[in-house]
Amino acid sequence: MGMIVTGKVWKFGDSIPTDFIAPGFALALPWEERRKHILHVHKTFAQQCQPGDVIVAGSNFGCGSSREEAPADLRQLGIGCVVAESFARTFFRNCVAIGLPVMSCKGVSGMFKEGDRLELDFENAQVRNLTTGQELKGPPLAPDLVNIIRRGGILELLKSEKQGMR
Amino acid sequence: MGMTMAEKVLARASGRPVVVPGEFVTANIDILMGHDRSFYSGYVEMVKCGYERVWDPEKIVVATDHSVPAADIAFADRHRKIREWVKQQGIKSFYDVGEGICHQVLPEKGHALPGSLIVGGDSHTTTYGALGAAGTGIGNSEVTYVMAKGSLWFMVPETIRFILKGTLPQGTSGKDIILNIAGRYTVEVAQYRSAEFAGPAAGALSIGQRMTISNMGVEIGAKFALFEADEKTIAYLKERTHQTVNPFGPDPDARYVQVYELDVSSLEPQIACPHNIDNVKPVSQIGDVPVQQAFLGSCTNGREEDLEQAAAILKGKKVHPGTRLLVIAASHEVYTHLAKSGVVQTLLEAGAMICPSSCGPCAGTKMGVIGPGETAISTTNRNFKGRMGSPEGFVYLASPATVAASAIEGKIADPRKYLR
Repeated sequence: MGMIVTGKVWKFGDSIPTDFIAPGFALALPWEERRKHILHVHKTFAQQCQPGDVIVAGSNFGCGSSREEAPADLRQLGIGCVVAESFARTFFRNCVAIGLPVMSCKGVSGMFKEGDRLELDFENAQVRNLTTGQELKGPPLAPDLVNIIRRGGILELLKSEKQGMR
Repeated sequence: MGMTMAEKVLARASGRPVVVPGEFVTANIDILMGHDRSFYSGYVEMVKCGYERVWDPEKIVVATDHSVPAADIAFADRHRKIREWVKQQGIKSFYDVGEGICHQVLPEKGHALPGSLIVGGDSHTTTYGALGAAGTGIGNSEVTYVMAKGSLWFMVPETIRFILKGTLPQGTSGKDIILNIAGRYTVEVAQYRSAEFAGPAAGALSIGQRMTISNMGVEIGAKFALFEADEKTIAYLKERTHQTVNPFGPDPDARYVQVYELDVSSLEPQIACPHNIDNVKPVSQIGDVPVQQAFLGSCTNGREEDLEQAAAILKGKKVHPGTRLLVIAASHEVYTHLAKSGVVQTLLEAGAMICPSSCGPCAGTKMGVIGPGETAISTTNRNFKGRMGSPEGFVYLASPATVAASAIEGKIADPRKYLR
């Protein structure tokens, strides 16, 4: 899978909980219903999000419950990557676990407006605002984590380990 | 070089003499915990990935606690399958519906030992830090991975330390300490870090009070939320495990990125106001806030001493006519004690609804969902918009004593006036 992700930015603020990304009341609903409630705190995201779009957020993105539905539903919507000032650790782990490119980067929230185009060079931990030309470098992920994301998640790793491949 | 508690645990679990913050390790897991959401999903995926057997059935603890008793056919079927699978796999540490909330039964049954590394398919796995066990939450896919392989990657976190001094005033408890910390330092103070709670006031806390604080460690961002394992820990575990239990703490020369000192002597009962856990005020600054639902329970505050504190306030009084009081003790064992000590009677006479040991209304899906415009005061751990039901509802978090006083007055109330 490609390690360069580009897409249109949707912006979110600080401390967005997983309860907003995958609300409890919607968890049992079929996908076509459930998707309408994703990040309902944003007035147009759920209706207008297109596959390939990306998320830029403030601090503590994905706080609260460890529900994996949060990043999984974002991926099912077609979100290409999530970049934020900082992440709650279980959300960050879950993004890695399902193979959704994720990066924390101080200053990234201020560098993007909604609707800008973002380019994330995931392996080199570089994020670029293609609309304004600005760029930032984030802390690189450990090679093992990059490997998990590159494979498409930890279950893919698990399957390959079963087959004796690494 | 001295190590903090988290560093010591990850070093031992990954077979290294020393680890430092920022390092990545692959650690062997001592206990994996799953419930009727995470164990179910984790197991289904494990089989799909081609693994027929769990890595070690003795190291897996399963509790059905989210839908208790089963709220719909889907969950009923899920519970049936879980019962079959634990039997097939030889998982003996299986706690079925009504036994209790996962984070209560796991320590009660002696599965959380000081110095151990525990991962659970639930964010409040940090609760076991009260016993000096490094517990942390993981998602369903990672539950699958651990279930099959018994190990997982970790980044060694930095550690911060909260030194608690002084004596808790009457009417305040561990819940007020952790709410105060959240309010004072924000929900990111422990982001991706291990938090240690130490000092004389930490040592003075009962295991139950420590569990309240460790439980909410995840709400301030903590990867682990640890108390040193001392004589109280050893006494707690004595009747619950055959394993030898030793004291466990950081090295004297361990390094912390930040040390905070708190004097608990001047604490007032604290309230976390909608819709953030760090939107905390002392009860004296709350003003007039009528409440339609009061909830006593959850993995945060569903233990004997929590409900005893509430009962002491409710004794001989009645719940306000405009307020519903729900009570959920965190486990069958807790209910057994409360029934013997007369607490259940006291709560019933006051007008409380007594419900099965489970997560209940905490996550807003059952057993006490609030409607639009309703306000709840609760001993739970999260108050995001919509957490307990309607996004047009309001959730305030507080200690059991404060919730009990509020249930009597029909509005948020200071419990201390009931204790004089």
